[in-house]
Amino acid sequence: MAGLSFDLIALQLFTGLALGAIYVLFAIGLSLIFGMLTVVNFAHGAFYMVGAYVGLFLLSLGGNFWLCLVAVPLIVGTIGLVVERFLIRPLYGRGIDYPLLLTFGLSYVMVELIRIAFGKSGYPFDTPEILQGAVNIGVGYFPLYRLFVIGIAAAVLLGLWLFLERTSFGLIIRAGARDPQIVRVLGVNVSRVWLFVFGIGSGIAGLAGLLAAPLQGAIPEMGATILAEAFVVTVVGGMGSIGGAVIAGLLVGVVVSMTSLFAPEMAKVSIFALMAIVLLIRPQGFFGRAGLMS
Amino acid sequence: MAKKTTGSNSISRRRLLTTASAGAVLAASPFRINLLQAQESTIKVGFPVPLTGPYGTEAQDQVRAAEVAIAEFNEGGGLNGRKAELLVRDDKLNPGEAATRTLELIEKEKVNFIVGSLSASVQLAVNNVTKERGIIYNSISQSDEINEAKDFSKYTFHEALTPHLTAGAVGRYAFPKFGKKVAFLTADYAYGHEMVRGFQEAGKAFGVESLIDVRHPLGTTDFSTLLPRIQALKPDILVISNFGRDQQIALKQATDFGMKKSMKIVAPILLYTGRLAAGAQAFEGVIGGTSYYWGIEDKLASAKAFNDRFRKMHGGKVPSDYGALGYAGVKALLMGAKAAGSLDTDKVIAAVEALKYDYYKGPEYYRKCDHQAVQSVLIIESKSTPQKGDADVFNVIATEEPNEKNLRTCEALGHKS
Repeated sequence: MAGLSFDLIALQLFTGLALGAIYVLFAIGLSLIFGMLTVVNFAHGAFYMVGAYVGLFLLSLGGNFWLCLVAVPLIVGTIGLVVERFLIRPLYGRGIDYPLLLTFGLSYVMVELIRIAFGKSGYPFDTPEILQGAVNIGVGYFPLYRLFVIGIAAAVLLGLWLFLERTSFGLIIRAGARDPQIVRVLGVNVSRVWLFVFGIGSGIAGLAGLLAAPLQGAIPEMGATILAEAFVVTVVGGMGSIGGAVIAGLLVGVVVSMTSLFAPEMAKVSIFALMAIVLLIRPQGFFGRAGLMS
Repeated sequence: MAKKTTGSNSISRRRLLTTASAGAVLAASPFRINLLQAQESTIKVGFPVPLTGPYGTEAQDQVRAAEVAIAEFNEGGGLNGRKAELLVRDDKLNPGEAATRTLELIEKEKVNFIVGSLSASVQLAVNNVTKERGIIYNSISQSDEINEAKDFSKYTFHEALTPHLTAGAVGRYAFPKFGKKVAFLTADYAYGHEMVRGFQEAGKAFGVESLIDVRHPLGTTDFSTLLPRIQALKPDILVISNFGRDQQIALKQATDFGMKKSMKIVAPILLYTGRLAAGAQAFEGVIGGTSYYWGIEDKLASAKAFNDRFRKMHGGKVPSDYGALGYAGVKALLMGAKAAGSLDTDKVIAAVEALKYDYYKGPEYYRKCDHQAVQSVLIIESKSTPQKGDADVFNVIATEEPNEKNLRTCEALGHKS
């Protein structure tokens, strides 16, 4: 392969990190929700998509992108709260299948509602003016907006880390992810904790959707592909582990990017090869809890 | 019906039953059915298109334009008073589904003609059914294969452009203007491969050097991993050969990466619907080909007439490129039937072969060996801002006039002369 320079490889790695940033944001919620609630949330992709559309709607009302960055996770998080309280909570204790099927059906409903409200073709999403254009990062030109996405993802991760490590609610969440039974025995209202975890996870998914919209536009089906990739991320990183979701998300982004350099047709498949290898060596993923699925 | 006041229930029920059943027998009798058919026998045009799926927007515009053709034909008196009707079916962009729908249109609805579809593989599936059943089929989307001897039949017509013609026309315009070092970003299926082949063949005359051909799967949403490699090779021209949403996203992301600063981006086809969906910024400065752009109505009376009729029937909108093919595909067959004065298949085929027409874009005719519509190719450039309303999105910067030489030769397609 001609022209394989250090610059090109470095630029490709950077592209992988930008890809990974979106995966990380999206997969954190998925991993948290599974780790704590033992709910396989098939509607997570729909929340991602709704985030993009809520952003579109707010922009059409005359808002700006910065306002959306704050409002979208709050709005989508609230929708998540409602979904958990009224649709998922009644199904606890019945095993893993019921919430899975419910969220699966819910994803179809949400996609159809958006199609009815906004049409089937999708909308373009303009990159905010200040963030347009490419910057020279030393090894080549890179879109400024993608750098921004990496930055926001890092900021959100930092905020989440502080919340989990430094607040008592965060402590409960971490304990609940480790061992829900004991937490309940200790008298904590686990239902309320789960309500907020679902809300937080959905809110961050909505933010990920908003961030992804200027990259590829908003279409009703945008949640479907990323959901499949996010499951790979959560399995590789370990269900329930946020650190695992971060590392696996970035790893998956880089694997896709580097495979694209040598064999673009294999890029999408390569992440499943990665998942297979990790599962063979360490079935619970990098930082997962063994026996979580049983 | 007056009932006997003193009649017992059983008698009046029996009378009711006998009258009703006699009426039913009469209604179902062949005599009455023949009467119905003689009055209402319309010319049926089957129209399988992908109403659902990624090309839904384009397909719906094809339906709208086809409706214009039907309305014009009926208002013009039809075929000796017989009117036409359009039977639209959703083929879901799937060859199997398209074949089933086509079969249903032929067997159940007894259509006289079939016009459709979008996507190379789907139209081949429809063609396989129509040629076996001896029904005339006019294909309205790009394909190189449908003209080839192995797929062609006397019932097959192709109103749309071919990749060879389109890519060739765009290449002949762009290569002398912008440079010899060309990189390709291509959707990995028949459409993409055929377009690249068209560009490379046209490029031979200009000494074009093909630096790289990066293939991406259909439905790719993130091209960021494919672009750095292309940038590193420093091409003069980047040819992006994909369709629909893939094209919109690819152009947007290529713009984000600042590639327009160092190279000219060229596409074989620029879709009107795609430009509306993606916005001005993504398409700005991109050059491509098209079979039709509404803006030529300034210079062409037939375009103005078509646009005006479309505007009147569809709330002031203008037709898109693929939409217009829906119009022409249906109109050519109906006009052929009118010229032949009958619906006899062989007579209609002969009449359509003899047609010299200008329905919406200038003079056209069907080449005899492969029934390919010989027509102009418009070279367009996307504007940075619309000036005369939202639909003012492209500039026609050149027109390649109809010329059989730009098509693949009959011999190359396998037709014996």
